[in-house]
Amino acid sequence: MRATTIRQQISTPARVGGWLRAFWPPLLTFLLVIGLWEAAVRGLSIPLYLLPAPSQIVATFMERPGYLLRIGLATLSNALAGCAIGCTLGALVAALCVRWPIAADGIVPLAVAASAVPIIALAPLMGIWLGSISPASKIGVVAVMTFFPTLVSVYRGLISPRADALLLMRSYAAPPRDVFTRLRAPAALPFFFSALRVCTTLSMIGAVVAEFFGGPQNALGVYIKTQAGILRTREAWSAILVACLLGLAFYLLVLVAERIAMPWRKEQ
Amino acid sequence: MDTPIIEFDRVSKIYSSGGGPITALHDVSLRIAAGEFVALIGPSGCGKSTLMRLIGDLEQPSGGSVRVKSKTPEQARRDRDYGIVFQAPVLYDWRTVSRNVELPLEIMGRPKEQRRERALSLLRLVGLGDFADAYPHQLSGGMQQRAAIARALSFEPSILLMDEPFGALDEITRERMQLELLNIWSGANPRPTVIFVTHSIPEAVFLADRVVVMSPRPGRVQRVIPVDLSRPRTYETREDPRFFALVTEVRECLRTAE
Repeated sequence: MRATTIRQQISTPARVGGWLRAFWPPLLTFLLVIGLWEAAVRGLSIPLYLLPAPSQIVATFMERPGYLLRIGLATLSNALAGCAIGCTLGALVAALCVRWPIAADGIVPLAVAASAVPIIALAPLMGIWLGSISPASKIGVVAVMTFFPTLVSVYRGLISPRADALLLMRSYAAPPRDVFTRLRAPAALPFFFSALRVCTTLSMIGAVVAEFFGGPQNALGVYIKTQAGILRTREAWSAILVACLLGLAFYLLVLVAERIAMPWRKEQ
Repeated sequence: MDTPIIEFDRVSKIYSSGGGPITALHDVSLRIAAGEFVALIGPSGCGKSTLMRLIGDLEQPSGGSVRVKSKTPEQARRDRDYGIVFQAPVLYDWRTVSRNVELPLEIMGRPKEQRRERALSLLRLVGLGDFADAYPHQLSGGMQQRAAIARALSFEPSILLMDEPFGALDEITRERMQLELLNIWSGANPRPTVIFVTHSIPEAVFLADRVVVMSPRPGRVQRVIPVDLSRPRTYETREDPRFFALVTEVRECLRTAE
């Protein structure tokens, strides 16, 4: 029997069934919550400035989708840039820590501690350091927020190969470069992606919240804060909707990249 | 014996531990000829795995000398004189079966087509020809271990080190794998020298030309028992009265070693 046939036999029905099973319950729950929300707002006559109904939020979004998406993308690009910088530096420092264990002893425990600290609190200071209007301060917040979890996770991945796997490399008299590229780095890939998934959400949060402390007019956080400040709740919500959609899109992008980068994990 | 391919001369190995030094090997002398199949057997803590790892330069002796192909073990390792198989298959799960077998060849810088060709022919030899492009997790334990053997043989090392390679398999798979290992071994040209560490008495007798019986605390060679069963060995070998006699002999020897 060929391996491919076995693979298909086992996983094709399981995969389709699994998708259906995994997909429907959250979708139904989501629709239910939206329905309840809509009914509550209408039934209880909740004033618009307190909580608009989902239908009103969508209608507000549809009035100016181009503008909202444009300011959304401005914020998303800060999130992406910050995340790219933070994750790349985090992975690099993790690699250095594996190369020089002395550095790891000093850096890794601090990074673990830093991962538990609310770095978002730095946002107002970043405005002072990098300019409160410029995107640099938002990118800076996101980069710092994503740096530590990536560093910790990738470091754990790089040291995850078991003793036997390393002895095997030794038995081939493999140079350190090969041990890194053919063993440590691929072993760290799942750790990197799980960090990246956390970092996508962190970076959207970071980018939006950083804009609460100032930023250009055309930015999601600034827009939400301004609209909420003058009790234009519908407008604020329509921007929150955009933040959610873009955050989800970013997350899905990472999931797709993960699937492409790690084909051996498809059926695990 | 001609010039031995592996030679232990009064080798000792002492580990330092919290409770003082532990002597893993004491005064071990042993010579192994090229092409020989030698089984190392003994209870846990007799140093049989340590002995094997000294050959592979995965550990260093505390005293005495180990020579592999008349070189230091380190030089032999750098010359890629041995392939190794552990109890766990240790396949890299991000590589297909074929690319796992190619791994040592990649590190040794062999050209791509040659690597692939060599891997496919070895996988056919170990009965995994149809699984070249599968990932390790899609294979059973026995199949994974066959892939690990193919990987160890890929660069045609003159020595094959096997550390309880079938220890994690069920008895039925295990007996089949023993037979397959002998087929692969006798089919290889030139025949590699095999050092095979095991806990199983019938396995040691069935496979080996000589069984090295070791005793614990401190680990040393109790006796070397030559196995005069004819080759090729088959399923019938296990029913041969001589096979039983040898199994009993090894068992007795292990008992007195305690």
